[in-house]
Amino acid sequence: MSLWLTLAVNSFALGGLLFLLSAGFSLIFGLMRIPNLMHGSFFMLGAYFGVTLLSQGVNFWLAALGSGLLTALLGGLIERFLLRRLEGQVLPQVLLTLGFAFIIGDVCLMIWTGDPWQPPTPAHLQGAVQVAGLFFPIYRLVILAVAVVIAVALWILVDWTRLGAMIRAGVDDPPIARVVGIRVSQLFTLVFSLGAALAAFAGVMGAPYLSVYPGLDFEMLPLALIVVILGGTGSLLGALVGSFIIGFLYNFGQAMFPDLAYVILFLPMLLVLVLRPQGLFGKVVA
Amino acid sequence: MSAVARLITPRAAAIVVALLLLLTLPAWVGNPYYINIASQILFFAVFALALNVLVGYGGLVSLGHAGLFAMAGYTAALLLARGHGHLVADTAALAVTVVTAAVYALLSLRSTGIGFLMITLAIGQILWGIAYRWASLTNGDNGVNVASRPSPFGFSLAGADGFYYLCLVVFLVCVATMAVVVRSPFGASLRGTRDQERRMSALGYNVWLIRFYAFLLSGFWSGVAGLLFLYYNQFISPQIVALTTSAETLLMVISGGTATLLGPIVGAAIVVIMKNVVSAYIVRWNMVLGIIFILIISFMPEGLVPGSARLWAWLRHRWGAGKAQPAAKTGEDGA
Amino acid sequence: MPRVNRRAFMAGTAAGTAAAALGMPAIAQAAPFKIGLLTVKTGPLAQGGIQMEQGIVTLLKQKNNTFAGRKVELISADTGGNPAGAKTKASELIERDKVDVVLGPLAAFEMLAINDYIRQQGTPLMSLAGAEDITQRLANPWVMRGSASSAQCCHVLGDYAAKELKYKRAVTIAEDFAFGYEQMSGFQRVFEDDGGKVVKKLWPPLVTPDYTPYIAQIGNVDCVVNGFAGSNPVKFMRAYADLGMKRIPLLAGWTAMDDALLKSLGDEAIGVVSAAWYSASLDSPVNKQFVADMAKDYNVIPGGYSAGMYVAGQVVEAALAKTGGKADDKKAFNEALRGVSLSDTPRGPVKFDAYGNVVGDIHIRRCERKGGALVNTIIKTYSDVSQFWTYGDKAFLANPVYSRDYPPAKNLE
Repeated sequence: MSLWLTLAVNSFALGGLLFLLSAGFSLIFGLMRIPNLMHGSFFMLGAYFGVTLLSQGVNFWLAALGSGLLTALLGGLIERFLLRRLEGQVLPQVLLTLGFAFIIGDVCLMIWTGDPWQPPTPAHLQGAVQVAGLFFPIYRLVILAVAVVIAVALWILVDWTRLGAMIRAGVDDPPIARVVGIRVSQLFTLVFSLGAALAAFAGVMGAPYLSVYPGLDFEMLPLALIVVILGGTGSLLGALVGSFIIGFLYNFGQAMFPDLAYVILFLPMLLVLVLRPQGLFGKVVA
Repeated sequence: MSAVARLITPRAAAIVVALLLLLTLPAWVGNPYYINIASQILFFAVFALALNVLVGYGGLVSLGHAGLFAMAGYTAALLLARGHGHLVADTAALAVTVVTAAVYALLSLRSTGIGFLMITLAIGQILWGIAYRWASLTNGDNGVNVASRPSPFGFSLAGADGFYYLCLVVFLVCVATMAVVVRSPFGASLRGTRDQERRMSALGYNVWLIRFYAFLLSGFWSGVAGLLFLYYNQFISPQIVALTTSAETLLMVISGGTATLLGPIVGAAIVVIMKNVVSAYIVRWNMVLGIIFILIISFMPEGLVPGSARLWAWLRHRWGAGKAQPAAKTGEDGA
Repeated sequence: MPRVNRRAFMAGTAAGTAAAALGMPAIAQAAPFKIGLLTVKTGPLAQGGIQMEQGIVTLLKQKNNTFAGRKVELISADTGGNPAGAKTKASELIERDKVDVVLGPLAAFEMLAINDYIRQQGTPLMSLAGAEDITQRLANPWVMRGSASSAQCCHVLGDYAAKELKYKRAVTIAEDFAFGYEQMSGFQRVFEDDGGKVVKKLWPPLVTPDYTPYIAQIGNVDCVVNGFAGSNPVKFMRAYADLGMKRIPLLAGWTAMDDALLKSLGDEAIGVVSAAWYSASLDSPVNKQFVADMAKDYNVIPGGYSAGMYVAGQVVEAALAKTGGKADDKKAFNEALRGVSLSDTPRGPVKFDAYGNVVGDIHIRRCERKGGALVNTIIKTYSDVSQFWTYGDKAFLANPVYSRDYPPAKNLE
């Protein structure tokens, strides 16, 4: 019984982290139709930035924000000067984003070496709450809370602001959006930067419990992919629900069917792709 | 011009020279290490050509082909480990791979574009998960060893030379098959489904079936490449099933130039040489590889082979050498 | 191919490199003795691979790139941490660069992938990979191991846990691959022979973002034994502490509490008891010099990966001294290598059994904080430990190799 409860709470925490990672991926994928295969790299790079900022004594939240800003700048530059020219061409986009993933991975190895880095959990978030003899680390609950806050903020941004209306229009029908005068190109740069920032922010949030090490990028990328496929591209609600589904599948799959843990992780995605290609919450694209 | 002279086009001459170089490679390369690198280029080229059937001619971008490549390798390795002969193991491996390709196709051909990419990725990851985690079947991370290479018709493949010639023969058969298929009515209809899906349907073609056959062809040659990989290393482990293998092979196809015969071969050569030879001189070879990809995309988004052809045609035009020629035939859809 | 001096650097000082580049006359013979290092510099395993190179470079620098009066050239190759890469790079070192001896590779699956190839080529190799059978049932006359077989330290850990710590019930947790199985099975066998019970065995995959699902399954036991490697111990121990598990003592194999990892760890590591064949805190002149040089050149505390290659280099040097600097006769050189017995290595005395595996000291350490930094303090040393523990080679080898299911766990709950 206690095992299941611990797993359930942990599933929510992992789900929260996955949401931070995949919300940006979903927007980029949904709005710009770019399979951004360097999204895991943004996560890792953000985590490394966070490690460095924290080691300089920067406050944890400032470090997370700063890391997000730095990564957003990098993402924005790549979008503005390179990806922009490849609009609508999936193959070159794959080549370019994978190329950057290789470069970012190698640069990180060069700067931060192969050693694992695990910044300490921020002092005020350490410890665990004890309920009925079970320990729930406060930090994991904080991740969940932050994910919920960001989800609400994104929901307000997308559903209630002018910018959000433009994004929605862009997701639904890019040509029409352009015709009605939305400056799609600026919007694209903005959304791409936002996605990069969210991934980097997730990286810093995740660092105290995942730690940061070479190869983290290609561990996180498939997770972001399955979340977005499951939830439906371009849908924030989909990303949120998908994140928690994967959080649960991951935790319970590893504990109950370790031999088939990865099959359990990827099978739902396959089923959704085959039966409902637009994802659980995706819109059917004409 | 005499009939003979007309046969000796620059193109034919280039092919003959390339063939001669390939046939005599062990003699002028000498060192077994470099001969082995050449073997690797050849079987990865076969794999890239197999993927190119779908990516280039079918317009279907698969990110799950490592699953097919490894399916052949694992099936053969596991059968050999259980005491079966090479012939049985290899035949079974190819059969299993083609059946797996059929399953891939049944699941993935419901969509095209990014949907297709994602479904193939998901199937590939499931196969990786099995190879990696189902240790009682696959021996997990420790992989499976193959004690010896076969000696078909008494021809020993144990040495670098022997194995190179096996790879070369398979490679040439593969290139020839691809050249024939591309020029066949089937190849034309496959390209038709890529460019004009609706029109092909309207004309009465069964678009789904054409793509299905293409998938089987791609799966078969991926399996052949996988077998060569297995025999080359005499070892297989889950690393080869991972997403990175699928991605690298896709990069070979795209960087060389999709829908060309030469492109995937050039791409395979670049990646294999970077990973194995250049890595000995440059520690940061991953970065160099990434930069190369980005340069290709920036200056020759259609890939190196078509891009070079375009550049060459442009230079000739610019310098006015000879009469204005159309872009060299190495480009789109040709050989 | 550019044949000029390229990366084949005279390891160590700039002066050495310059001498090589200028082709200055070597001190002894014309041709240098070539050491090929099969390591990992890119990808997830780079951490251990980089340390390996630092270890051997430190030795060569101390020896002024000269073994037994002969110049030594180090050629390192990056396998990328995968079996196919290991195969290609082994071929590069042996067939192209014609090295006299190969040091490495790092991972068990790399070693398993090249074992047959090394046998065919007949080039001596000193591995760091733990894979038991490499020096047991698949013993290869050309392969030696100067570090430890996977279970070599864990046999000792099992003995110490049962006899000295008086633990009765244990849970094991390690990565789901051979190195994990072999370590935990070694622990289980000795621990249960000494009266303990292993009541649960957990096998998270090599890549596990979050260990909570596994840690949550640990019930009420006297100790938890972990055999993680690479960067995983860092993640595992943090999650272990976060989940309030520190009330159950944690034991560790050598990779899980390697000294080089200490800088990545925090308070969660304090109190962990580990068994290791090398410890940076060992009090001998040769080790003090090694630790000081590693600190000076790389600003790191050396762990098993660096020490393993340093010791391997010392063994090569000793063999070369025996053959009078000659290595042309590979068989004779290989014989000399296997006959080496040293008393002054950073890990203590070293000799080899008939299967090419090291016989040496294993230390039990407890992690403490001393003057701000974490230190593994040695609390007990077992001398002359063989890979067969006290079972004897014949009886040991009659059993199957350690695996997930062998020895069978009879006390699972």
